[in-house]
Amino acid sequence: MLLGPSLVLSAILFSLGVAGVLLRRNALILFMCIELMLNAVNLAFIAFAQLYGMGGQIFVLFVMTVAAAEAAVGLAIILGIFRHRRSVDLQNMNLLQG
Amino acid sequence: MHWIWLAVALPVAGFLINGALSIWRPRATTAVSVVGPAVLIGAFVVVLAAFFQLLGAPPEHPIIVNYWSWIPVGDLQINFGFQIDQLSLVMLLVITGVGSLIHLYSVGYMKADPGYARYFSYLNLFVVFMLILVLGSSFTLLFVGWEGVGLCSYLLIGFWFTDKVNADAGKKAFLVNRIGDCGFLIAMFMIWRAFGSLDFATVLQRAPGVLGVAGPAVTAITLFLFLGCTGKSAQIPLYVWLPDAMAGPTPVSALIHAATMVTAGVYLIARTNVLFAMAPISSMIVAGIGALTALFAATIGLKQYDIKKVLAYSTVSQLGYMFLGVGTGAYAAGVFHLVTHAFFKALLFLGAGSVIHAMHEAYHASHSHEDAQDMRNMGGLRHYLPVTWVVMWVATLAISGFPLFSGFFSKDEILGASFARGAQFPIYYLFYAMGLIAALITAYYMARLMAMTFHGETRTSETERSHLHDAPLTMTGPLVVLAFLSLVGGVINLPAFIGGGAGLEHWLEPVTAPAAEFFRLQVAEGATEWLLIGAAVVIGLLGLVWGYLATVRRQIVPAREAQPDVGLASLVFHKYYIDEIYDALVVRPLVWLSRVVLWRGVDQGLIDGVAVNGSARLSRGLGWVGSRLQSGQVGFYVILFMIGALWILRVVVG
Repeated sequence: MLLGPSLVLSAILFSLGVAGVLLRRNALILFMCIELMLNAVNLAFIAFAQLYGMGGQIFVLFVMTVAAAEAAVGLAIILGIFRHRRSVDLQNMNLLQG
Repeated sequence: MHWIWLAVALPVAGFLINGALSIWRPRATTAVSVVGPAVLIGAFVVVLAAFFQLLGAPPEHPIIVNYWSWIPVGDLQINFGFQIDQLSLVMLLVITGVGSLIHLYSVGYMKADPGYARYFSYLNLFVVFMLILVLGSSFTLLFVGWEGVGLCSYLLIGFWFTDKVNADAGKKAFLVNRIGDCGFLIAMFMIWRAFGSLDFATVLQRAPGVLGVAGPAVTAITLFLFLGCTGKSAQIPLYVWLPDAMAGPTPVSALIHAATMVTAGVYLIARTNVLFAMAPISSMIVAGIGALTALFAATIGLKQYDIKKVLAYSTVSQLGYMFLGVGTGAYAAGVFHLVTHAFFKALLFLGAGSVIHAMHEAYHASHSHEDAQDMRNMGGLRHYLPVTWVVMWVATLAISGFPLFSGFFSKDEILGASFARGAQFPIYYLFYAMGLIAALITAYYMARLMAMTFHGETRTSETERSHLHDAPLTMTGPLVVLAFLSLVGGVINLPAFIGGGAGLEHWLEPVTAPAAEFFRLQVAEGATEWLLIGAAVVIGLLGLVWGYLATVRRQIVPAREAQPDVGLASLVFHKYYIDEIYDALVVRPLVWLSRVVLWRGVDQGLIDGVAVNGSARLSRGLGWVGSRLQSGQVGFYVILFMIGALWILRVVVG
C-alpha cells in the first residue's frame, strides 16, 4: 500500500538532506539536514516493513533512539563551538586542514 | 700427540699475562722478563718432545689431532685440528727455537722501553698465530694463523706508533698484505668448489684425481695461492711493505720479518707441493718471480745506508731464493734454505740491533741527534763491539755461501736444482743465472755492510766512542748461539758429495712424496756438480772481496755531510722509485676513486642522497599529496563520503 509513493517521498527527503549537508554552511542547518536524511531512511523502513514484517519498524525505533542521542551530543558540541568562536559557520572550522 | 696443544697454549698464557701486566702493572718488568721468554722456551721443549717422539718412528702419514668441530655448515665440515708431520715439525722447531733466542735477546734490547709488557704480549701472540699457521690441519685454520701473524706484524711494526712514520709503515704492511690475502681467499673458495673440503689431508690426497694435471683449475688455484704468498713473503710485486716494516723494534724484524712470518709463503707452497707439482706453469711463475725478486731486491741492497734496510732487502732477496727452490720443485731445498736463513738472518738482524743499541746509547750520552742506523755514521766498530763483529762475520759468510757455512749448502742446493730443472724447461737455466748473479750481489752488499759498519775509520766522535760497547749477556748470548747455528746449520742436510746423507730431504720425503710422483729432479752429479759448486763459491768469494775492498778503500763521510747520490746510484738508492710508481699508479688512483667515486658519488650521492634522504623526500612528497585531501572543509569530506557510498552501492547492487 502506497509503497511506491512512500519510497519516492523517502528518496526526495533524503536527497534534500544530502543537498542541505553539501550546500549549507551553518552547522545547525547541517544538523537538521542530517536528521532529515535519517527520517527519510525511517520512512523507507516503514514502507518496506509492510512487505517484510516487523523488523523494519523495530529498526525505526532504534534509529530514532540513536538520532535522539546524536542530537543531544551534536547540539552540545555545536553549542560548545559557538561559545568558543561566536559562530557556527563550518567554513571557518578547518583546524584539521592538512 | 694430543698434547701438542701445549705448545700453543703456553704462548697464549704468556700473551694473557703480559697483556694484563701491560694494562695494570706496566712497571712489573721483572715478571715480564720471566714470563715472556719462559713460555717460548716451554713451547720449544714441548716441540722438542714431539720431535724426538717422531724421530724414533717417522710416520708415513701426518698425525692429525682434531680438538673440536669448528665450522659445521651443511656440507662444509671444518675441524679445529692440528696436523703434525715432518714439515710442520721443522717449522715448529724454527719458530720456537729461534723465537726463544729472540725473546731472550728482547729482554736486553727492550728493557728500557715504557711499552715493555705490551711488546712481549704482542710477541707472544705472534708466536701463537705462527704456531697455528704451521699446525693447522686445514687451509682455513692456516688462514687464521696467516691473518693473525699479519695482525701482530702490524702491531709490532707500529709499536712506536707515536711516530707517524712507524704507524704508516704498519698500515702499509697491513694493506699490501690484504691484496695477497684476497688471492688466498679466492684460492680457498676454488679449492672448496673442487673438493668440497678444505682439509690438507683430503685435498692433497684427492688432488691428482679431482684436478687434471696442468689443467686450468689447478693452475688458477696455485696462482691465487701464490698471490697470497707474494704478499706475506714479500715477493714482487707486493714486496714493498717489508723494507718499511723495519720501523718496528729490531728483534721484531729478526723474528717476524726475517725468520718466521715472511717464510709462511714458502711453507704454504711446500705444504701444498702436490698442487704446484701438478701445475708446471704455476711452478715456473713461482720460480721466475723468486729469481727476479732475488736479483732485484739484492741490487737495491747495494746502495742502502740504513743498516736495517740493507738487511730488509737482503731478506726479500733470500725469500726469492726460497721461492726459486720450491718453484723448481726442490721443496726440501726451499725449506732447508728457510731454516738456514732463519739462523743467519735472525743473527744479522740481532747483530744489527746490537750495533744500533750501542750507537743509540752513545748518541744518547753525547746528546747527539744523528741517525743511529745509518752505516755512514759507524765504521771501525770492531774495536768496540768485538762479539757482535765476529758473529756478524759468521752470518755474512753464511749468507754469502762461503764453503761449509750453512747458507752455502742451502743456496747451492737451490741453484743446483734450478740448473737440473733446466733440462726439462730451459727457462730454468735463466733462473739459475739470475740466482747466481744475485748471489754475487748478496756477497757484495754484505761485505759492504760489514766494511762500513765494523772496519775502516771510526766516524763517531771522541765523546761517543767511550760509550760504545758490546751488549749485555742476554743479548750476546743468543747471538753466539745463532752464530753457532749459522756455522753448522748445514749439517741437517749435508749433500752426498761431502759424504752427507741429505738428512732433511729424507726427513721431508713423506711430505714431498706426492709431488715426486709428477717429476723427479735429476740433480747433476760428478763433474757438473763440482762445476756448479765451484761457480757458486767463486762468485760468493768474488762478491765478498770486491765488496769489502771497494768499500774500505772509499772515503766515507758521515751521513750529515754526505752528498746525495747521482745518476744510477741515486736511482738504486731510491729503490728504483718503485714506491713512487706504486703511489702514482695504484695509491693515488685508488684514493681518487675512493674520494670522488666512492665517497662523494656512492656514499654521499647514492646512499645518503638517494637512499636515505631520497626516501625521506619521497615519503614527504607522498604525504603532501595525501594532505591535499584534508582540506578541513566538512562539505568536501561529505562529497567524498557520498562518492564513496555511491560507488560501494554500485558495486554491491550492480
